[in-house]
Amino acid sequence: MIRFEHVYKRYRNGREALSDLSLEIAAGEIVFLTGHSGAGKSSLLKLIALIERPTRGQLIVNGLNVAGVSSSKVPAFRRRIGMVFQDHKLLHDRTIFDNVALPLIIAGVGAKEIGKRVRAALDQVGLLGREQSLPLELSTGEQQRVGIARAVVSKPAILIADEPTGNLDPDLSVEVMNIFRRFNEVGVTVLIASHDVYLLERFAVRRVLLEGGRIVATVAGTPGERMGEPRLLDPSKLVGVGDGASA
Amino acid sequence: MSAWITRHLQTLIGALGRLSQQKLATLLTVMVIGIALALPACLHLFITNAQTATGNWNQAVDISVYMKMPTSVDEARRLADRLRQRRDVATIQLVTADDALKEFRRDSGFGAAIDALTDNPLPHAVIVRPKAEYSTATHLEELAEDIRALPGVEIVQLDIAWVNRLNAILEAIRRGILLTAALLALGVMAIVGNTIRLDIQNRRQEIEVTKLVGGSNAFVRRPFLYSGVWYGIGGAIVAWLLSAIAVGVLRTPVNRIAGLYGSSFEINGLDWRATLILAGAAVTLGWLGSYIAASRHLRDIEPS
Repeated sequence: MIRFEHVYKRYRNGREALSDLSLEIAAGEIVFLTGHSGAGKSSLLKLIALIERPTRGQLIVNGLNVAGVSSSKVPAFRRRIGMVFQDHKLLHDRTIFDNVALPLIIAGVGAKEIGKRVRAALDQVGLLGREQSLPLELSTGEQQRVGIARAVVSKPAILIADEPTGNLDPDLSVEVMNIFRRFNEVGVTVLIASHDVYLLERFAVRRVLLEGGRIVATVAGTPGERMGEPRLLDPSKLVGVGDGASA
Repeated sequence: MSAWITRHLQTLIGALGRLSQQKLATLLTVMVIGIALALPACLHLFITNAQTATGNWNQAVDISVYMKMPTSVDEARRLADRLRQRRDVATIQLVTADDALKEFRRDSGFGAAIDALTDNPLPHAVIVRPKAEYSTATHLEELAEDIRALPGVEIVQLDIAWVNRLNAILEAIRRGILLTAALLALGVMAIVGNTIRLDIQNRRQEIEVTKLVGGSNAFVRRPFLYSGVWYGIGGAIVAWLLSAIAVGVLRTPVNRIAGLYGSSFEINGLDWRATLILAGAAVTLGWLGSYIAASRHLRDIEPS
């Protein structure tokens, strides 16, 4: 679903954010991307969303080589990816309904269908009935769930999240993670960048540890691990890592 | 298709809603645009009304033809008939020497002196009024030349100088209006463009988010274009009202002047055609101004 082949990303200021990074994420997989801030997590996600482009190497997303996506095709490309942000990126002067409906309005979906799908998405994140509220009338956790509803409302095959639990307390984080898990269970490929130790310990999914723009460790997830069941990660599984799980 | 129309309508109404949220700023912008548009509109009114007031300039140009002195009335009549045949002549009026003398006696107040004359010193005259479409300066000269060549014609009087002067003045004013209108059109575009630029800066975050979830440049630009259209509509309304106020204020004094001159002239406001042109120009300028600004500034806003 997502394949990095020897990808380098060097910013204009000369900083190399990713170097010789190769990573494959299969369709229907859920993956944690961890590492210090500055390790390259955000850069990796930005490449997938075509916010940035690789300096070298190949990146294939949804079967498309991003090098072949011209800037005029970027909007259509992004519509096939759901994105969740640490700061939610909601529009504060619009209702929850309008926020979640935005991707559908952009895609030109009819009004009736929009109503149906927005309510379905809000139902999935447990916010049905709050359509007419404004984002600031909601708690941070609720706002993040609105952000998730907006990311999934157009039923993308890929969902990427940059520190989605960064501003949330542990209980809310687990709640948000469970929502991601539910989408993954219905076949959505999910990639979450996080340095939330608590979450990493609690959800034993495949995790990729970045350091200095390189993958320094990969830990396979435990199949059959059930949602919500705490499961501590054996630190010995992390190879070649200093304090990767701390933030 | 219906979803597309609905979406455009929503954006159109949404843009209006957004403008009405900042009433004072919107009102000021619309006022400035309206005043800029009212100027050429009022100048246009000045020209059209001046034209009505003085009648059709060109029709006022008559050619007076004076016959040689010993000419019979029949000969004068034949000349008049001959001129009447010409396709560039609208009407012919024959003033015989007797008629002319009677008129002169009546109007001049020299009745007694004229009675003392033994014979009529006045010639027969034919007053030629050319058709409007042949009333250009060159054509009038040609016509006068033709008449001058006819037998029995003594003097052909064509006072074309004042027509030329008037036409020249009018042409200068018209060009001036065009130039003013062009400059003010640029001004309107600049005003709208600058307002839209500020609006884009204020909504930077919203634009970024929209682009993040897959909004194309065209999608992001659309509400700004509709804002520009609304500015144009608002400006046109203000300009129309200003011109109506100007006409209303001037109506009474102008009527008085016209009355003193014994004219039934009445000042007119913008007719439906001029109103349509005003509205069309305003909307086009608003759209164009916002299009240029939005295309320029939206490209720079990319999510990072």
